[in-house]
Formats: sequence, structure tokens, C-alpha cells
Amino acid sequence: MSDVVEKTLSALPGLFDNVTQTGAAKITSGLKQLIRSITELTSKHEEEKLMKQELSAMKEQVSSPNTSMKQMREVMVRAMYCEMLGYDASFTYIHAIKLAQQGSVLEKRVGYLAVSLFLTEGHELLLLLVNTVLKDLQSTNLIEVCMALTVVAQVFPKDMIPAVLPLVEDKLSHPKEIIRRKAVLALYKFYLIAPNQVQHIHAKFRKALCDKDPGVMTSSLHIYLQLIRESPDGYKDLTGSFVAIMKQVVGGKLPMDFYYHNVPAPWLQIQLLRILSLLGREDQSTSEQMYEVLDESLRRAEMNHNITYAILYECVKAIYTIHPKAELLEKAARCIGNFVLSPKINLKYLGLKALTYVVQHDAKLALQHQMTIIECLDHSDFTIKRETLELLFRITNAQNVTVIVEKMLDFLRGCGDEHTVIHLVGKVAELAEKFAPDNSWFIQTMSDVFSIGGDSLQQDVPNNFLRLLAEGSECKEEDDELRLFAVDSYLTVLKGDASHLPQHFLQVMSWVLGEYSHLQECVDQREVIRLLAKLLDQRSVSSETRVWILSALTKISEGQTDLILELAESLSSSQDTVLRQQAQELRHLSRDSQLQECVLPRGAPWDSMEVDSSLSFLDGFVSEALAAGAAPYKPPHQRQEELSEERALNLEPYSFSLPVSLSSCSITDRQSPPLLSVSSGLSGNSTELSQKEGSSTLILEGVRRVWGKDGYLPQKETAATAPPVDEPSIAVHPSGQQEVAERIETQPEPSTRNQDKQQLASSLFVGLGTQSSISLLGKSEAPPPRFRKKPRPHESSSSSSGTSERSSDSSSRSSRTTTDSFLYGSLLEEEPVTSTSTTTNGLSQNKHTEGDRRANTSQILGSDMVIVRPNTIQDRHPPSASSDLTALLPSEIKDLPHSDVISLTSDPSLSLASCRMFRDEALLLVIFICNCTDTVIKDVAVQLTCEELETASLRGNVVDCLEGKSTSVCHYALLMDEPHTNVSFTGTVSYQTQPGHTNTLPFSGTLSTVDFIRPLVVTTEEYGKLWLSLSHDVKQNLKLLTDAGGDPLKTTLNALKDALQLHVVDIIGSEGIVACRLLSGAPCLLHCRVNGSALAMWLRSPHPSLPDCILYHCQRALAEH
Amino acid sequence: MQFMLLFSRQGKLRLQKWYVPLSDKEKKKITRELVQTVLARKPKMCSFLEWRDLKIVYKRYASLYFCCAIEDQDNELITLEIIHRYVELLDKYFGSVCELDIIFNFEKAYFILDEFLLGGEAQETSKKNVLKAIEQADLLQEVRVECCRSKRFGNFAERDS
Repeated sequence: MSDVVEKTLSALPGLFDNVTQTGAAKITSGLKQLIRSITELTSKHEEEKLMKQELSAMKEQVSSPNTSMKQMREVMVRAMYCEMLGYDASFTYIHAIKLAQQGSVLEKRVGYLAVSLFLTEGHELLLLLVNTVLKDLQSTNLIEVCMALTVVAQVFPKDMIPAVLPLVEDKLSHPKEIIRRKAVLALYKFYLIAPNQVQHIHAKFRKALCDKDPGVMTSSLHIYLQLIRESPDGYKDLTGSFVAIMKQVVGGKLPMDFYYHNVPAPWLQIQLLRILSLLGREDQSTSEQMYEVLDESLRRAEMNHNITYAILYECVKAIYTIHPKAELLEKAARCIGNFVLSPKINLKYLGLKALTYVVQHDAKLALQHQMTIIECLDHSDFTIKRETLELLFRITNAQNVTVIVEKMLDFLRGCGDEHTVIHLVGKVAELAEKFAPDNSWFIQTMSDVFSIGGDSLQQDVPNNFLRLLAEGSECKEEDDELRLFAVDSYLTVLKGDASHLPQHFLQVMSWVLGEYSHLQECVDQREVIRLLAKLLDQRSVSSETRVWILSALTKISEGQTDLILELAESLSSSQDTVLRQQAQELRHLSRDSQLQECVLPRGAPWDSMEVDSSLSFLDGFVSEALAAGAAPYKPPHQRQEELSEERALNLEPYSFSLPVSLSSCSITDRQSPPLLSVSSGLSGNSTELSQKEGSSTLILEGVRRVWGKDGYLPQKETAATAPPVDEPSIAVHPSGQQEVAERIETQPEPSTRNQDKQQLASSLFVGLGTQSSISLLGKSEAPPPRFRKKPRPHESSSSSSGTSERSSDSSSRSSRTTTDSFLYGSLLEEEPVTSTSTTTNGLSQNKHTEGDRRANTSQILGSDMVIVRPNTIQDRHPPSASSDLTALLPSEIKDLPHSDVISLTSDPSLSLASCRMFRDEALLLVIFICNCTDTVIKDVAVQLTCEELETASLRGNVVDCLEGKSTSVCHYALLMDEPHTNVSFTGTVSYQTQPGHTNTLPFSGTLSTVDFIRPLVVTTEEYGKLWLSLSHDVKQNLKLLTDAGGDPLKTTLNALKDALQLHVVDIIGSEGIVACRLLSGAPCLLHCRVNGSALAMWLRSPHPSLPDCILYHCQRALAEH
Repeated sequence: MQFMLLFSRQGKLRLQKWYVPLSDKEKKKITRELVQTVLARKPKMCSFLEWRDLKIVYKRYASLYFCCAIEDQDNELITLEIIHRYVELLDKYFGSVCELDIIFNFEKAYFILDEFLLGGEAQETSKKNVLKAIEQADLLQEVRVECCRSKRFGNFAERDS
């Protein structure tokens, strides 16, 4: 122990003698005794023993009824001390609450402190505190109110916020500023943990902002910073106020109390600067309001003290964030210069940080400070070095990438901090992918990444690398060259000692060798097999990696039957079942070259593989199992539903997780060995293949990635002998090469060190000066990346479908529209196409066409969609009861089956109602817009959005002018591709009552799948055929309706038919078959059989989630019946 | 601010205040790791370090390290000044504060901290106001504890730099 402490200890007894005279000291003497005894101890073991005694003595004391509150307070202080030392004193928690509740002010204070130290948000005991807090908030004793507010602002159960909220709100107008201040901070805390609950008091925040006490105003800025960070647009009007406050502060208008080392309210200034920068970002007019005050505060903050630098730094950040002004930028840049050149290391650090931020806007600044940056690169302080690398990362371009990456890798090799390694290694990989000058450098760098990144490397680094190799670019030769490099390089690595390589690297290597080793003609495949097989024997190789290796072996096994059989033999006794299974597959495949060819086609295009995600090949297995009495599979939501039905209580927090093990169910199916290995690989390597993925033709990306690769070792590699690896980074880039050579020559001589740095600088900052400043920023303006990733198939499809969903007038949509209107021209031609023509009442004219249309329904069934134009018809009749509204329906849809008219929303001017109409191929949502006023409303525009559905509306769904007391009708076609049990739609109507005065009226509603289910008319034979072709099935027992004395099966099916619009195909004895479809899309067949008092229902559909959805609604329908 | 730790040169924790909810296990782990990292740093190094996804700002006063964790976008220098203001407050309250004052009256140190920072944000930066609030509450206490007036460590609040 150090001298200082020893001296202190020797002084202790004397101190205690003095202290024990006073009364207060007696109370805390227990603590002093404890502290003294602990300091006297010499070993951790003794301390533990003492603490054990202490804790049990405390336990006794707290549970004794004779312990006074005063003693309890003393115990609580000791308990806090014990917890700080890391010993569990949780038995005192409840007593801390009691102390806060029952003690006098003094004890309460300690009690509250203990509560805030012991309990964290969400601790169950906190609920017991609520009453105490309520009581103290209403106390007349200011100190009690303060204590209650202090604890509320630190820990408070989220659910109980409404209980105290009114009281805390009241405190905002308390005469004492300390109470107002604490109340504001308590509300800030509430806002952080439960934003919705304080939404209604935003106006009061404004009052706090205008408080005459600067302390209260400062506290309110915490809330504003948070609010503005979330939505800057809502608070632009406050810019003026913030600027005014800032001006006053900077101008020295605050009382001296708020000065800190002669700087006026620095905390307040920094808070304001942050708020201003958020408000001014990308907003020229707002920014213009603040230029002056920013300039002023730059000028004022001249004193050489940390606190002024803190303000300057924030100022600089603000200047570079808001809309730029040349004059200010110049001053800010000078300021950064002062930071960077400062001898104080803290300032230097901040200077680098500011540069990192600023080079995004102006890369030349980095150029100005290049010598400092170079010095910082070799700084002894880890933090400085890391920040410098961060800066270099931002200025990387195709010309300096080799030098910068080398610097980063050097740093990583000497860095022991895992977080830093993961973070930086990701950046190296990003740079390598973006700027790699050539193949060998790229492969070499990625090898470094994998070996340095180790096993904590983020999974997407190897995934991206393999994807890049596999997808390639447009030029096949280049791709093959890259792959060849990889193969050669990895063979060299594997020939050395591979035992210490990280698993990710091994996985990458085995995948690459499996996939591409055939490209290298001069390498004997037997050699590759031997190398890979050698890996399997190593103990350090994880079982996941073994799966990758075996998969690679499977791919290259062709023609090497003897080796493979030997290998499979040795693995067939492995303890790992997955390995045994793979060995088995390997053996089968190597005996059957035809099968091998079809399972693992060599050089097959990347995205041509398809996988049967419905697992229909397992149907045989499943039906066998079911016949043998196995329980049918139930999807999770169904199980949950049953559970809640059974228990009547909703046990939400304990909801199920379902263990689906693909590999376990796939083992015995003899027909599809390839898929077996696929699925086992899937479960083993957790790729992102989602079970629920809709189509049955999933692209097998995930599977390929399963067999992967890993990194390689740096020191080794340079010593290695393989030709492609041997000429690594040095040869890559002229400037890089020069620099390296230079350094080798001159390093020992100190006199040339400076020159050295110059050299380094020229290679680091190459390309920065000559190009325009933007071109540094890598991202958008960078030269086309060498390795261009193809868009991932699923991404591109989803994004394109996403856009087409959104933009209703996209070309594909409109072309479909034309086809459809061509097809159904006779139906649509009498529709007012886009016009908002005001037919007074044109309904009867079109009557005759409706008959034709009904006749056409079967035709419509076949089409995938018909676009319905939401046309608007104005009616001059005043809107009466909502049921009359259906009379206003456009003639062409008037006869469709429809729901009741529901009122959606209303405001003084407009009222909205909706009605659902069921067309075979779509759901029509009709919206009635009634003008409740006597005046004309102009520019009425309806916007409807629903994420889950495809909504087809016409652009310009607008009525120019809606007469007083009239109603306009518009309708939308909604299509459901993916079944959802319930979907909600939202929308807005905007309109003008006076010119230039736009009002909006939001509305929303929900739709259920039932609205999208249509009967499917088929014969029993067709039903039988269809049944066999469908793969997704769900079984479930439902309630059988037995009322009314009729046949229970018939009654039940009729009830379902009415509720869900099903088609009852046939009823034979105790069995019934029913069919429906999702609009004109996926069919769903229901097979129902009376089973005792229940209805056994078996649903099948090509769509994975449709049966569940329909089953859910069947259950609901029967439950409601 | 996410949390504040005070620990001695020997690595003994003297005060801990957590503004984010964490389990005891995590708190202990973080404390152990941080104390180790900070103690290993040399005096000439800068007062900041990146640790996990947080930024640590620390400063040594005599035998005590004050250490705060902030988010990346927060201002490091102002955090240093928060530490310094806290030390000034302690110094004024105890009258030339030393480590022993904080060991033996750690609950007082907490009270002062709670008046200065609330929920991780600076509540009151005026020295006078903070001490006034503390003294008002203290007045209820029978006798102010007068102890540990040891000046052995020199002026505690004097800056090292």
C-alpha cells in the first residue's frame, strides 16, 4: 500500500477521538468502525469474512422491531457502503423505502438517497415508493418536495407516471425556482422514458423556457434539445427565442452567479449551440438568423481556458452543421487550427475530432494539418492514434488507400481492445472493397482482416466478401482472376500451420476452395481435399467450421471417390450427429455422380438455385407421422390463442418462443438428400432465410453462404512462398511502394526522419489537394468501386415493388391499367375516367350495364387485378343519414355486395364515412366526403395509405370544389398479397375553406382478412386435385355449433360461410369441404370433419400464412356466433 | 451522462452514480474494466478515451480519479468542467476536501452531486445555489460533522495540469 494511505491510516485513530465527541458522529460511528476495520485488513479473503459478519449483523438489526429510525438511517448508510464495495445488501432495499416513507426529514433524505442508489428503473420495489412520493409532493415542507422531485427525476416506475404527473406539473408554477427547476427535470426524465405521457404539456415547456430564473430556463433546454433532435421542423419558430437568449448570455446579461471562471453560463451556451445547429441544419433561412450570434460567441470566447475551448468546439461544430457561410467557415477553420496545434493533448484530441467531422465538408483542411496528423499517427496515446485513424478513414481515396489501410492494420495488430478491433476491422474491409487497387492486394487485405478480426468479427464482413466473390462483376475473366488469387492464397495459408486461424477465416477459405478450386488447373484436387481433411482433424476447429469444410469437400469430391470414402468412413463414427449426417450424404453423393451433378452443379449461376421453402417434399413424412398419431404442427400464434382461451388470462410477458429445428425434422426423407444438407446447414449457421418468406422459390443465397471462409494470418503470409501472395501490398501502388522503400532505407537515421514524414504525408494525402473537395468523401463521389456489388436479388425485388406500391402512377401500374381497361373496356368506359364531373344523379342511366358485369365476374376471377378509378361524384343533395349514402355510390359498383356505412371522422367542415364493397378481385374502399357547411370547400384532396396492402388510387384524387351540404364519393381498390389478420389504413383529407388556408383531417380504420376472402367455386373433383397440389397445411379442432337442432356440421359451415364468404363445395356424411381464395390469388381449401363434439379442420394453401389467417377468423366467427 | 465513478489510485471505488438502468452484474463489470483501463493510463495522456461505444472522460485530483461516461456527440471538455465544478463544490462544502472526507461522508458527496446533476444532466451550475440547497437541508441536522480536516494532500481542488 502506498505511503500516503499508510500515513492516512496512522492518523485515523486521532481523527476518531475528536469526532466521537459530537452527536452526529455517534450515529455514523458504525460506518466509521466498519471503514476503519476494512482499511486495516490486508487480504481480500479477510475482507470477505468481515463483510459477511457485518452484513449478518445488519440483517439482524433491520429486522429487529426495536431499531429506531435513527439507527435505521445509520444502517442504511452502511448498506450503501457495502454495496459500493460490491457486496449484496439487497435485504435492506425494502427498509430504504420504509425509511423514506416513515422517517423524519433527515432520515427521509437518506432513505431516498438509498432508494436512488439501490433500485434501477423497473425494480418491482419501486412501486412501493409511489405513495411516499405522492405524499411528499404535496407536503408543505419545501425540502420534502425537493427530495421527492429529486428521486422522481432519477428513478420512477414508468407505469406510475400518470399518478404523479399532475402534481409535478403543478410544481412548474411553484414560487420557488429550485422546485420549478427540479419539476422541469422530472418532466424531462418522464419524456425520456415515456414520451407519450407528457405530450399534452408541451405548452408548459414553453412557459419554462420563458421562466424568469435562468436556472429553470436552462433546465428546460434539456427537453427542447431532445424534442428538436427528434423533429427539428416543429420548433423552427423558436429559433428567434434561442438566438435572443444566446445573445443575452454572450452579452453578459446574466447574474454573476451563473459565471463559471468568468465565462457566462457555459453550460447554457453549449446547450443553445447544439439546439441551434439542429435547427439550422439544411435550412438556409433559419441558419441566417443565427450567423450573427455564432460570430459573436466565436469572438467572445477568447480566454485561454478549457471552458472557452468547450464553447468554441461546439461553435465550430454548429457552423459546419448549419447552412454554410463562407466568412464563418473561415473563422471556424482557424479555430480548428488552434485546437490541432495546441500543445495541450486534450485540445489536440478535440481538434482531430473536429477535423474528422469537418473533412466531410472541406477536405482541404486535412491537407493544411497533414504534418500534425502524421505526428499524431505515431503518438504514444492510444486515444489520439485511434482518432487519427478515424480521420484518415474519412479521407481515403483510391490513391492513398494502400498506405492508410496499412496504417490501420498496423494499429490493429498492436491493439488489444476488442471493441476497437471490431470497429476498425469493419472499416478496413469497407475501404478494401471500395478502393482496392488490384486483386492480390484485395485478397491479401481481406486475409489480414479475417485473421486480425478473429472470431469476434461481425458476421457480415465474411458474408459480404463471399457474396462479392460469388456474384462477381460483369466481366467473367476478371471475376475468375480474383477467385484464382483467393484460391492460391488460401492454399498457401493452409499449407502452413492453420491451427491458430480464426474460425471465420477457415470458413471463408473452405468455402472458396470448395467453390473455386477447380479454376486452378495446376493444383491437384487431391491435394485440396487432403488440406481440408487435415483441418477436420484439428481440435481447435469448431463444429460449425467442420460443417463448412465438409460442405466444401462435398463440392470437390467428384472423381476422388477413394479419398472421400475413406474420409466419410472415419467421420461416420464421429460424436457430432450433424457431421455424421454430412458424412453419410458425402458417401451417397460420391457414389452417384448423376445425383452429385444435379445437387451441386459446378459453376452454376449464382441466383439460379431454388429451394422449396414450403418443405413440400416432407409431405409424405408428415402424413405418415400424422397417421401414426403425431400431433399436427401448430403455428405459434395459434398456440398462443389456445393458451389464452384455456387460461382466460392473457399471460403476455411469458409468451412462447417456439423451437423450430429444421435439421431434426429432415433427417429421414430419402428422396431429397440435397435439401437435407441444405436445411441442416441452415439451422447450423443461422442464415437469414426466413421461414415465412412468401414464395416457394426462394433464392438459395443463404445456403451458399453457409459454406464459408475465414481470415488469414499476417506475419505468416509475408513469409509464405506462394507466388501470388508473395508480391503483396508493396507492389500495389506507386506512391505506396516508394514510401515503403524510402522508409526501409532511411529509418535508422534520425536526421532523415523528417523527410520520412514528408514522404508519408505525400502518400497519405495524395489526391486530396488536386481534386475538388467533394471527391474526398469516398461515398457518393468516389471513383466507381472496383468491386461492384450486384444488388441482392431479394433486395432489389422488394425495393422495386416497394416503390411501385407507393407511386401509384408508376409505369408498370399504368400499363396494367391499360390492359385491364382494354379487357374490361365495356365495363369501364362509362366511368368518368379522371374527371370530377358533377353528375347530379346519373345512377339510373347505367343500370343496364350492371347485369353484364355480374356476368363477367368469372372472367374477372382470372385476372390478377383491375384498377378501379376512384372517381368522385358530387351530389347536390344534402347528406342525410349515413345509410342513404349508399345511394350515392357510382353506378358501376352500386350493385356489389357491400358493408354498412361507417362514419370515419369528422370536423366542423367535413365528415367522412366509409363503406367496403366486395369485388372479386379487390376490395373497394369507398369514402364519402360530406361538406357539413353551407359554404363551398375547395381543393379537397384525399390521400390513403396502407403499408400492408396495395392501394390503387388515381392520381389527382381531388375535388376542386365541393358545394355546401353536398357529398363527394371516391373509392380505392385495395389488394392484399400477403395475408394479415388485420390491417389498418390511414389517410388524410386536405381542403381549403378559405383560399390559402389548408386544413387537414386525418382518418384511419381497420380491415380484416375476411374483407379479402372470396368464395372459390370448384367441383369436388377439382377440389381433390387442388388439395394434393397444395403444400402448407394447418390442422386444428374448432368448436362445433350445435344449436337450432339442425345438422351441426351444416350449421357450423353455414355460419362460417356467412361470416367469411366461403364456398361450401360438398358435404358428405360427417365431412365437409369448403374453398375460398384470397381475392383472386392464392386459394385455401378447408376440410372439415365432425370429431365428437369438435370440428376437425384441415386447411391447405400454397401460401404459408394464409391457412393460419383463415383459421384465426374461423375461430373468431364461431366464438362470436 | 451515463454514469460517474470516483475511485482511488488503489482502484477502490469511492462513489458511483448510474444514470442509465443497468444490472448489478454489468455495473460491476464496467467498474472493474474502467478502473483498470484508466489507472493504466499515463499522466501525460489525454483525459478522454473511447470505450465500448461510450466516451470516458476522467481526471485525477490528488489520489482520487473522477470518471464520467458520456455519449459520442457530447462535449468532452464541458464534461471535464463538470467534474471540476463538482470538485469545487466538494471543496467548498468540506473546506479543502480530501479523499477521507469523501470516504467518511460519502452520503454528503451524493447529496451534493444530486443537487448539481439530476438524471445525468447539469441541474444547477451556480456554486452558490447548490450549496445553499445543501445547507438548507443540512440545517435540520443536529450538528454539522466536523471531521477530516486533514491537509496532508495539499489543496485537493487544485488542478494538476
